[in-house]
Amino acid sequence: MSHSHKTPQDPQIRALVNAMSQRSLSRRSVLGAAGALGLGGLLAACGTGGGGGATAGPAPAVTDVSASDPTLNWANWTLYLDYDDKSKTYPTLEAFSKQSGITVNYSEDVDGNDTYYGKVQAQLKAGQDIGQDIFTLTDWMAGRVIRQGYTQALDLANIPNSSNLLPSLQGVDFDPGREHSLTWQSGYAGIAWNKAKYPKGLKSVSDLWDPALKGRITVLDEMRDTMGLLMLQDGVDISGQWGQDEFQKALEVLRANIDSGQIRQVKGNSYKEDFISGDAIAGIVWSGDLVQMNFENDDQWEFVIPEAGGTLWSDNLMVPVGSPRKANAEKLMDYYFQPEIAAQVAAYVNFICPVTGAKEAMEKIDPSLMKNPLIFPAEEDLAKAHVFRSLEADEESSFAADFQSAIGA
Amino acid sequence: MTQTISKSGLSDLRSKDEIRAERRKGRTGIYLVAPGLLVLALFFALPVVVLLAMSLYVKPPGAEIGEFVPGFEIGNYMTVLSAYWPELLRSFWFALIATVLALLIGFPMAYLVAVRLREKPLLQGILLVLLIAPFFSSFILRTQAWKQILADEGFIAQALKFVAILPADGHLTATPFAVVAGLTYNFLPFMVLPIYANLGRLDTRLLEAAGDLYASPMNSFFRITLPMSAPGIFAGTLLTFIPAAGDYVNSALLGNNRNTTMIGQVIDSRFFKVIDYPGAAALSFVLMVSILVLVTIYIRRFGTKELM
Repeated sequence: MSHSHKTPQDPQIRALVNAMSQRSLSRRSVLGAAGALGLGGLLAACGTGGGGGATAGPAPAVTDVSASDPTLNWANWTLYLDYDDKSKTYPTLEAFSKQSGITVNYSEDVDGNDTYYGKVQAQLKAGQDIGQDIFTLTDWMAGRVIRQGYTQALDLANIPNSSNLLPSLQGVDFDPGREHSLTWQSGYAGIAWNKAKYPKGLKSVSDLWDPALKGRITVLDEMRDTMGLLMLQDGVDISGQWGQDEFQKALEVLRANIDSGQIRQVKGNSYKEDFISGDAIAGIVWSGDLVQMNFENDDQWEFVIPEAGGTLWSDNLMVPVGSPRKANAEKLMDYYFQPEIAAQVAAYVNFICPVTGAKEAMEKIDPSLMKNPLIFPAEEDLAKAHVFRSLEADEESSFAADFQSAIGA
Repeated sequence: MTQTISKSGLSDLRSKDEIRAERRKGRTGIYLVAPGLLVLALFFALPVVVLLAMSLYVKPPGAEIGEFVPGFEIGNYMTVLSAYWPELLRSFWFALIATVLALLIGFPMAYLVAVRLREKPLLQGILLVLLIAPFFSSFILRTQAWKQILADEGFIAQALKFVAILPADGHLTATPFAVVAGLTYNFLPFMVLPIYANLGRLDTRLLEAAGDLYASPMNSFFRITLPMSAPGIFAGTLLTFIPAAGDYVNSALLGNNRNTTMIGQVIDSRFFKVIDYPGAAALSFVLMVSILVLVTIYIRRFGTKELM
């Protein structure tokens, strides 16, 4: 293994270097170490270095204790499960506990794919229990942890409702046959505009380059969404085997529009503020956000999937490698793939519901949402939505570096 | 303590008890300094070593994302410097402008509160609280507020467009102007407070004497007030410049993606987006050393004895 490198003679320095140099550094250790002020770097480096070590091989088999231990720990993103403000509980989760006898510790621990990965990677690598039995990560990161062997294979026989997964989400390249993951929620990246300020509307990504919109465009800083849309505009099948040339060509378009000032800013979630303040009139956005923004701001914007296609992303439920409660996790997954339950969640989170039959079930909850194409997409919308293909580690690094440099950081 | 140590050459003239007492005092000094040294070693010296080591790590062939092994890759520095020297220069340039602006704005404020309002303690107190008040709310929130104040549809941008200072399709946010303004605003208290503390000790009788000797107010300001407040200005400029140069909140929130990126933003993105730990560490180290060099030159040139 490549970490059998030479270590310094001095035992103290050696201990230090060893602590830092576990084959893969966890983000937290490195972040601390290299922060400009460096505070706490050593502590962080020592604190999280322990897991990486020599045990990079296949994870030790875990004995499933689900039968004797009716608990379940679930790490999810914020605002991603139906929540009752009055009782301060998650109604569907309460119902699950009552029905199954399993107590669920639900935590909103995932605040970013990269940051979460950095937090748990060392333990996953060592095959340790990270304290979660289900974690929820976006496609590309799900692909990474599955590829690295950090997840357990699901026993689909225990999840009969998994057959309710939308057909379009069943065949994903990062997890063929859905053996390790099931979709929690999905959404599109597409284009949106302010209906009052730009009545003309948008049809394709190239409409964003209209001189009338100069300096009033924002695009997402999520590489796969922005680059995905730009490449689709070029006629590239982003799920297929495209390479450097296609990527660089689309990147040139992005760079040119940033340099000319057409694109005002490249942003993450904070683009919403620019839409609300009026600084941005149009841009590349996420569908669920638009539903929420329109709900709170009198329906000011319109969202479409560009003619050439938009990206479809999903967050996926997976069982991390060290979890001894896979059977409990499978029960929960099975529960949420019931159409009635999925509809209850969808009514709250406003993203695409990945469960067949939830639309019909929505009738009892809120019939007005049945017609919302951003929650229950029409066939033709789904046909236009594409999943960005998985990237090899080398590609990922080089594309991310190029994208970051194009957006000026 | 310094006195006793400097006298140690005379030890043979003193009794053994005296010598013992002195040694004990010396040791007490070391004990007192030890916690400070330990904290410095643990939280400053070691992280710097770790940072330096990390900046030289290499990516092994076929590595997973975020996988690096110890090495001695000086090339990391070349790579990031050749790619990001404009951002580095821009950071210092923005920080310099912000520091000068903060001085021009902050000095009169400090002077007003510390000297002019000396006879009115109540008003002085209120103004002082107002100066510090921004610290009571979050740095991010205040910067975010500026985005709203300078927004295209906001009053300021509309007014400037009305009087044609700003072209009709121009905007204030997402410009270098907004970033420098944000830096100036956010670090202004760091400029005002040291100058205030310094001017608070200004002996106004000197100004009266100058007046008696027919010095114009301008003359006495430049010959008395300004030189006497030099240590405050010196501390204020350092406290403003150093954090401003490494800041990335202002450029991230108020800037664009073209001509406002500062080095802190680059370091952040190398870490979290590109996952290039050695590159980010190298940039951090370069930033640290550059600031150290700039500050050393500044201290050598303008530093006063009082500060050293």
